Amino acid sequence: MCDCCQKSDLSKLTPVFEAFAGDDHALISILQKAQEIYGYLPVDVLYAIAEKTGASPAKVMGVATFYTQFRLKPVGKNLILLCKGTACHVNGADSIEKALVEELGVGDGETTDDGLFSIKTVACLGCCSLSPVMMINEDTYGSLTPAKAKEIVRKIREASK
Amino acid sequence: MDRAVIESDPHSLIEGMLIAAYAIGASKAFVYVRAEYPLAIVRLEKALADAKAHNLLGENILGSGFSCDIRIKAGAGAFVCGEETALIESLEGNRGMPRLKPPFPAEKGYTQAPSNINNVETFANVAWIILNGGAAFAAMGTETSKGTKVFALTGKIKRGGLVEIPMGLTLRDVIFGIGGGIRDGGTFKAVQMGGPSGGCIPEHLLDTKIDYKALGATGAIMGSGGMVVMDSHTCMVNMARFFLDFTAKESCGKCVHCRIGTKRMHEILTRITEGKGKEGDVELLQDLCNGIKAGALCGLGQTAPNPVLTTIRYFRDEYDAHIREARCPAHECAALKKYEIDPAKCKGCTMCAKKCPVGAISGELKKPHVIDPAKCIKCGQCVATCKFGAVAVK
Repeated sequence: MCDCCQKSDLSKLTPVFEAFAGDDHALISILQKAQEIYGYLPVDVLYAIAEKTGASPAKVMGVATFYTQFRLKPVGKNLILLCKGTACHVNGADSIEKALVEELGVGDGETTDDGLFSIKTVACLGCCSLSPVMMINEDTYGSLTPAKAKEIVRKIREASK
Repeated sequence: MDRAVIESDPHSLIEGMLIAAYAIGASKAFVYVRAEYPLAIVRLEKALADAKAHNLLGENILGSGFSCDIRIKAGAGAFVCGEETALIESLEGNRGMPRLKPPFPAEKGYTQAPSNINNVETFANVAWIILNGGAAFAAMGTETSKGTKVFALTGKIKRGGLVEIPMGLTLRDVIFGIGGGIRDGGTFKAVQMGGPSGGCIPEHLLDTKIDYKALGATGAIMGSGGMVVMDSHTCMVNMARFFLDFTAKESCGKCVHCRIGTKRMHEILTRITEGKGKEGDVELLQDLCNGIKAGALCGLGQTAPNPVLTTIRYFRDEYDAHIREARCPAHECAALKKYEIDPAKCKGCTMCAKKCPVGAISGELKKPHVIDPAKCIKCGQCVATCKFGAVAVK
């Protein structure tokens, strides 16, 4: 399906619009809530937000593409956030990324064909003393080695079967 | 460390903000928290609700006639939003692009109203200073930098973590005293201070006092309070490339010098780490650094050259080794690594030849093997596989 004829259930946005009614500066908060609902920001949702908030579609798109938190495509069931902050870099984040790419066959910003994993590198997860570190969904994994990272991903894959 | 303050003592922030709001007569306040710190947001929400329940926040606080509300705004992942005017733009729901200053936020800030904007750590100090007096705070620290500061000590250090120290201790005190020195028997090479916009300070400046002025003189900054320790295995050119990769991606794109300059610098640094550097590259980098410093509106652009300038200043020999000899002294840059098997150590077990993904290793059983440099892709599998430590990286 192409982006222009996408049909999202826009009624899910109603409570979000109600919560931020009258707040002219809530665009980012609305986009965050919308992403929580849909898992990403479908184009028709962006149009709906533009119409409701009175912002131009160009402005909504501009904000949605400015911030790294927002994504315009769906992500896999398990989102791997790989930290590439300074401390993680010094402690070998590149080798962890290489190991994940080897194990999953996809790189930064991509999703595996089975829809199980997406990899995203991030600037800093704010837990430098655990470096190198990655988060998979809500869980944080620290003091990684390439072998350990592969093992963690394999276990999640086994558990999903 | 701001994350630690919000997660472990959110009321110190709330109290500091309320005192500041009272002082300037503000009735609305925001805490802008990175969305990557969900626990900080949850705990701050609870603390705000608790404060409201006790009438320490909200309407007519403790019957004083003063009202102030604090709201949380979750950031959306843009480094530049640490710059005050970019943060204000983001608060207003816009792209986080810095404004022209003046007017400064104190004149025209959030929704063009006069605003006071401060860091979490600053607000968290306010209540302590009022309780104990300014003299007690000023008794700690140096002539130009008073009080204490929290640092995130990390990298190749034995004991990492958050450390709060009085200003004026030396870098050596913190890294070798508190941090216990370099881990895994390594040797100290540099400490990177102040986050991606900071600078790298070499060993001969380890006795530099930690205060704003002394750190500034080294080319580094206090910045975020990041203190990343590096050992002899860290290539300083690659480190500069790493930081420029970050700032080039995080540049908001408003100022041409920052948007394009950081990209060009990243390209040049990448070229150098790949052994394709040219004579004059260092001078070109320095020229770009000066251009960006002068031509960028905000702190991100003005400080983005710091990692490059400081590594050139203190580690020029590493740049020259990459450019003139296609050699990485720290053996970190993959493209410049050379793998060789020491025939004296090699037992001819064939393990490395089996592991090599491109068949670059040949040799007979029980006889020393050799690596064909033309085929080698420098993946390092042979080093990881060899049980006799016979593969050397040069």
